[in-house]
Amino acid sequence: MVTLSLADIIPFLLLAARWTLLLSAIAFVGGATGATLLLLWRYGAPKVGGVATSLYIQLFQGTPLLLQLFLVFFGLPLLGVEVSPLAAAGIALTCYASAFLAEIWRGCVDAIPRGQWDASASLGMNFLTQMRYVILPQSLKIAVPPTVGFLVQLLKSTALASIVGFNELTRSGQIVANATFQPFLIYGLVALIYFAMCYPLTVGSRVLERRMRISR
Amino acid sequence: MAELPDPSAPMIEMRNVNKWYGEFQVLKDISLTVAKGERVVICGPSGSGKSTAIRCINRLEQHQSGQIFVEGVELTDQIKNIEHVRREVGMVFQQFNLFPHLSVLDNLTLAPRRVRHQSRKETEALAMEYLARVRIAEQAHKFPSQLSGGQQQRVAIARALCMEPHILLFDEPTSALDPEMIKEVLDVMVELAESHMTMICVTHEMGFAKTVADKVIFMDHGQIVEVAPPDEFFSQPKNERTKLFLSQVLKH
Repeated sequence: MVTLSLADIIPFLLLAARWTLLLSAIAFVGGATGATLLLLWRYGAPKVGGVATSLYIQLFQGTPLLLQLFLVFFGLPLLGVEVSPLAAAGIALTCYASAFLAEIWRGCVDAIPRGQWDASASLGMNFLTQMRYVILPQSLKIAVPPTVGFLVQLLKSTALASIVGFNELTRSGQIVANATFQPFLIYGLVALIYFAMCYPLTVGSRVLERRMRISR
Repeated sequence: MAELPDPSAPMIEMRNVNKWYGEFQVLKDISLTVAKGERVVICGPSGSGKSTAIRCINRLEQHQSGQIFVEGVELTDQIKNIEHVRREVGMVFQQFNLFPHLSVLDNLTLAPRRVRHQSRKETEALAMEYLARVRIAEQAHKFPSQLSGGQQQRVAIARALCMEPHILLFDEPTSALDPEMIKEVLDVMVELAESHMTMICVTHEMGFAKTVADKVIFMDHGQIVEVAPPDEFFSQPKNERTKLFLSQVLKH
């Protein structure tokens, strides 16, 4: 057993939290990009794109994230691609987030009345112009709360990356807990740090939502 | 490649157009020619296919057989043809369908800027001109939800006009309006008709049909039942179904 003071433990955990934030950011940016592409494919080519994107979404929504992580981490080396734990976790979380965000945003696009598509089409706008200037600006407003909700979930899901050996917050907590034999204290601290990262997101979303409602 | 418009062609020509929703046939053998500057009113009971028919003209709906030509350009799956036709054909909807996230002015300038790539300054001048024409210039900086139904519909007409279309389609433009607002919209439409805009108007406003239409079309069960100039249409309808319909709408 090692004796460590809180003054040692807290900075150690906070430094590890940076990796949690980095992985969350990668997954969110990657997921948002992936979801946008999936949506454009779905609405731009309803026949092929519709089936393909719905298959993709079903696949990633219907399997545990942990297994997706394993499949990337152990599967890519079989194809001759060596991946670091960060890369594996980044790829798996990106695929996972793409599927969920695509599904959330699809709902937000579908919530826009049919008449908006009709009116913009009747003015000669092509699909991308309709999306960019008419549909997405309206969908964006209703998309904020569920998107932030998912982002909070995503941030917490990065804890799973500890299993493939990525040294983020949860894994660092495990390491310290194993060394100090104070699991309750350490995991309590870890949970507090997760909360400190998630809470501002929730508050921010609420503020944004209110501001959008005021500016109509 | 988009076909080039043929100046000698009629503005709109529908040849034996048929359309089904699953098993249900909404349009049966619709044939119709509209000349330049002609003003056509389509009436008929609800569910008779009249809205579907005009929505085929700018391909908001696809027909399954027959041919539709707009200024000589045939509407097919060719996206170039569809976009070309849509730039020349404006549409006004029953539910107005203004863009709620944009101001009145931006509603008008969006398509000219993003489709015709005109400058902001140019399109704003154009927009103000059309807003003045529908007598609503002072509302330019409001949002659609701050306007009454009649005002929204006039904005929608101005929005369609900003693309400087050759043809305007009206899909029951006054059906969603409170009675006291119908007149302000009809007045604008009458002015447009007097300026010799080619118009096809699906409406129950028989007074409007009498005043401005060159011909009135009666549709029932997906078919064109009767076509006649308004004085003949209202005084001596030939078809029994037309007579029944007229007796129902003209009773009041």
